[in-house]
Amino acid sequence: MRSGVVIFPGSNCDRDLMVALELVTGVRPLALWHADPHVPSGLDLIALPGGFSFGDYLRAGAIAARAPVMQAVAAHAARGGLVLGICNGFQVLTEAGLLPGALMRNAGLDFICRDVGLEVVTADSPFTRAFRAGERITIPIAHHDGNYQADEATLERLEQEGRVAFRYLDDVNGSAHRIAGILNEGRNVLGLMPHPERCVEDAHGNTDGRRLFEGLLHALATA
Amino acid sequence: MKARVTVKLKPGVLDPQGRAIRQALETLGFTGVEDVRVGKVIELELAEGTPRATVEDMARRLLANTVIETFEVELA
Repeated sequence: MRSGVVIFPGSNCDRDLMVALELVTGVRPLALWHADPHVPSGLDLIALPGGFSFGDYLRAGAIAARAPVMQAVAAHAARGGLVLGICNGFQVLTEAGLLPGALMRNAGLDFICRDVGLEVVTADSPFTRAFRAGERITIPIAHHDGNYQADEATLERLEQEGRVAFRYLDDVNGSAHRIAGILNEGRNVLGLMPHPERCVEDAHGNTDGRRLFEGLLHALATA
Repeated sequence: MKARVTVKLKPGVLDPQGRAIRQALETLGFTGVEDVRVGKVIELELAEGTPRATVEDMARRLLANTVIETFEVELA
């Protein structure tokens, strides 16, 4: 599996994500620079890491979503290539219009950094196929703007089409329908606020996140 | 020339910051504050003759997130 991790000024989970991808896939991901409108051909996955790209200026993810590399990310997604946005990466994907809705300030206004319980809502995607639908897992979150909002028609559509990938077990940040992660229409783009790359090895105390990456690996191996 | 773009949350979009401000005003003894909505004002210094449509395009494509926000453009 060939993957690339985009680095924006202010990204701070890029290294953790690269370590997790290498651990699971055995192949070191390429670092992709935000100002480069082209990415190497033949990538299976482009991942957008967590952090505070461009200092969260204007809105979280807003400036990064207009960075030159995002043209290549959009083209990759349009070809059916896999795109994974974690935390700030999820915010960037919504700002870029690759996923619907928006991530607003947490309803309680606090930055929240802790393990949260999640329900895997669908196993029908390359990202969630290593889980069972309805399974409960634990993955840490660390965000200030994770309050997912969209209009009623969009929320209804996400639910109808089985595009809610992960749901918080409890209301942690005010998100509509307790949404923690969603898929695009083609199910090849996933954005989620929790950080699977922070729970991939025994030393992390939890390996639930590892299965997301293992699922991707299997999906590509059997594609 | 200058342009001022006012960005506001759409009606109905929950504004936790506005709610916290309303509570703080109440704590200060200001009664009767029924709602507070927080937006932002972006002032642009532009080349003379920049059309309004260009500023609106800027607002739509970057300055506002039209999923959750509305904007107004004033030229001066």
